[in-house]
Amino acid sequence: MSAFNAIGEEREIDSDEFTPGIEPQPTWCPGCGDFSVLKALKQALPEVGRTPEETLLCTGIGCSGKLNSYLDSYGFHTIHGRSLPVARAAKLANSGLEVIAAGGDGDGYGIGANHFIHSARENHDMTYIVFNNEVFGLTKGQTSPTSPKGHKSKTQPHGSAKSPLRPLSLSLTSGSSYVARTAAVNPNQAKEILVEAIEHDGFAHVDFLTQCPTWNKDAKQYVPYVDVQESEDYDFDVTDRREAAEMMYETESALYDGEVLTGRFYVDEDRPSYSEEKQAIGEMPEEPVVEQYFDDDAEWKRSYDLLDRHK
Amino acid sequence: MTDDELIWRVAGGSGDGIDSTSQNFAKALMRSGLNVFTHRHYPSRIRGGHTYVEIRAADGEVPSRGDGYNFLLALGDSFARNPSEDAYYGNEETKPLTENLDDLREGGIIVYDEGLLDEDDVEDLNERAEEEGWHVYPVDLRGMAREVGREVMRNTAGVGATAALLDMDLDEVESLMEDAMGGDILEQNLQILQQAHDQVNEEFEHTHDLQVPTGTNEEEQVLLSGSNGVAYGALDAGCRFIAGYPMTPWTDVFTIMTQNLPDFGGIAEQVEDEIAAAALAVGASHAGVKSMSGSSGGGFALMSEPLGLAEMTETPLVLIEAMRAGPSTGMPTKPEQGDLEHILYTSQGDSCRVVFAPGNIRECYEQTRTAFELAYDYQIPVMVVIDQKLSGENRNVDESFFDRQPDPDPGTVLTEDEIAEAAHDPSGKFNRFLHDTDKGVSPRSLPGQKGGHYLATGNEHNKAGHISEDPENRVAQMDRRMRKLDHIRDDLDSAEDSNQTTVGPDDADFGIITWGSSQGTVLEATRRLNDDGKDVKAIGVSDMMPFPEAELEAFIESVDEAMVVEMNATAQFRGLIQKELGRFGPKLTSLLKYNGNPFEPAEVVEGYEAQQQGEEDTPGTNTTIQPAAGD
Repeated sequence: MSAFNAIGEEREIDSDEFTPGIEPQPTWCPGCGDFSVLKALKQALPEVGRTPEETLLCTGIGCSGKLNSYLDSYGFHTIHGRSLPVARAAKLANSGLEVIAAGGDGDGYGIGANHFIHSARENHDMTYIVFNNEVFGLTKGQTSPTSPKGHKSKTQPHGSAKSPLRPLSLSLTSGSSYVARTAAVNPNQAKEILVEAIEHDGFAHVDFLTQCPTWNKDAKQYVPYVDVQESEDYDFDVTDRREAAEMMYETESALYDGEVLTGRFYVDEDRPSYSEEKQAIGEMPEEPVVEQYFDDDAEWKRSYDLLDRHK
Repeated sequence: MTDDELIWRVAGGSGDGIDSTSQNFAKALMRSGLNVFTHRHYPSRIRGGHTYVEIRAADGEVPSRGDGYNFLLALGDSFARNPSEDAYYGNEETKPLTENLDDLREGGIIVYDEGLLDEDDVEDLNERAEEEGWHVYPVDLRGMAREVGREVMRNTAGVGATAALLDMDLDEVESLMEDAMGGDILEQNLQILQQAHDQVNEEFEHTHDLQVPTGTNEEEQVLLSGSNGVAYGALDAGCRFIAGYPMTPWTDVFTIMTQNLPDFGGIAEQVEDEIAAAALAVGASHAGVKSMSGSSGGGFALMSEPLGLAEMTETPLVLIEAMRAGPSTGMPTKPEQGDLEHILYTSQGDSCRVVFAPGNIRECYEQTRTAFELAYDYQIPVMVVIDQKLSGENRNVDESFFDRQPDPDPGTVLTEDEIAEAAHDPSGKFNRFLHDTDKGVSPRSLPGQKGGHYLATGNEHNKAGHISEDPENRVAQMDRRMRKLDHIRDDLDSAEDSNQTTVGPDDADFGIITWGSSQGTVLEATRRLNDDGKDVKAIGVSDMMPFPEAELEAFIESVDEAMVVEMNATAQFRGLIQKELGRFGPKLTSLLKYNGNPFEPAEVVEGYEAQQQGEEDTPGTNTTIQPAAGD
């Protein structure tokens, strides 16, 4: 018998269960795109049949890091840039959990970019949501890794000399098996993409465009948006790595010309997840590792059995 | 220094199999009934460069490396570079001889491979041999190896020659070879071993007196390193998750864990950097698996933030720090005890962690087990500090020492039934961080448990984990977290065995204090001083935080003067004693060594004598004295 009975519970789930009793009203600025992430996630989780207590939401630092203060589940608000290593280890420890990591563009593409690359490379079965508002919000509007070239801020008074990072392309090259971009202004698509990302058996990366009306731009500037799957102007195969790469490049460039392209950019359903790969080479047990501590019949090997090599 | 001990040094270049040769020879000596202790010296380089391993063997206890050594087996360096005196690295071809002569004792034995080493290239070898009474045996080890098998087997020829000169039986060496290899390789090695043995016996009249000592061990012995001790302690403590990144000398512990964890039902992860490594250990532990990570100085520096996160979120965590000489990249393969202050205080805010510095292999095992117990009972990060010396030194231990029960206890975790009964916030969240709890510990739930959801955060937080900057809550949470250290100190003080080791008469006037891996050497030096009629006692300290105030206060009060022995330049442990006890400044002097080599017992004896005579310097250049405060 499992010691974790919230996991795999079959029942109707109301999206209100994810609204916390403490601080149910987020403290984000009025008009902030982060509200849309919260709303989409609250809708997506019941739809995929996941309850608050089988969900672990790990966040980084920044406005986006507050996500798990406003969404009721098991939560781990970690440190700047480090939500991914905490999240993926929790998944390795207890594979029954639905693990979601979230953070901002500074958190994920700047200070934590190394973890982003390697988590994607390893293809952990989890979802990673990046609140991409193209600016450092909670520290008051400094230039971020996705700010456009020439972006002026107190720390870049002459305008940024750097071209912005290309998050979708980086994700694809690193090894993500699901890559999508959605926008706060498109709530229906956002929910659908989060549902797909959570259900995907591998590392699912969602670049979520979240306008920052205080430091950057308001929602209007993300309108009109184009869903590349629905538009007749775009025709590419999301399962084809080369076509996906071209589409991503175009999408990333277009954003800075005022054209907002969203949708699924790459989907690989065949790539085994990291746990499957590790299990295939005998480096990870089939049962969740954590269960043995609560199983009275578990066998505990000891170092005494290793001593022959030392004689 | 005793006459009834063998200190065999095998020297050559990195990549020539010095390590495995010495490991087998040490086991052969152990199997013959002797106690053994090994000391490894090597450069940060894969191929070539001055490398040696010393094996000290005696019937009596051998807690340390010796003073110098008495048998040199100088093999060639297959990868020697720049064979010229003027070159930056000097003449590497002759280093297996030239680099080792200064430490060879009077009357010692030299066997060198004349197939690779030319005595004419070694200035004054014969003159020095005559002066020092050395017995020199040139043997064409390479030639013998080539004749029967391959050149790399010259190590085996060297062992055969050693055995002949020491009147040592070949049986144990042979049976170890049989365990390690098979087929033609085994046949050839056995033949080379025998041939070298016989040829040396035929060719040379023994001009020396040294023989292999004889001894008996009452029970079965096993030969292990400090890294083995730490890793086996972790496995037996129920650790089933490790994440790490390679760095010398921490890599040893990481490798042993990685090779064994899958068989033990656990997971090992080599990850992108040390920040990730420590963060993964936090994540796995948060989810309920007993977890560890670790590194050496530079890599540990990257772990500062995840360490602080574990302190704030009260996530159980065990971190190993295997120190090497710093600052920065320092000397990667050389030992030092220079990271103490870094380990005690790194990460923002007030330190809330436990730090142990074991002094020998048994303590590595014991204190790593204790580290897991405390980490999971008290929900606090615990560090185990070793160094390049302790991680790589091998010593024999009774096999029965490891005949222990594993510890599957996940610590202060509630079951779902207990969670249902426990306090919850009106919002429905589980109160994971209560203010007033037994020993400062508020029991936790694990993700996936029914009724237990809460927020863990690196921000200050209220009872349910929600971010809070309320002053009253802040003080209550800080006080509770810090209170754990007092309870841990009480637990350690009331344990059956203290983690501190003392030697010498209780009423001695002079005290020697040391910590961590220098313990064995200081204990041996203290015994020698007592044998020599000096009135000295010593204490080897392992508890760094929380500090063993009562024990140290009693020790220092009982002596007129005390000398703190440690491997760093700024007397960090002496500073800690004064900070923790708030007095004794004028009573404490220091004996320091930071040249990249561990203390020899004689250096501690000399340090004592120099201080007793009020001298400002030690006779050698390897150690320094730092006077007491006010002097």
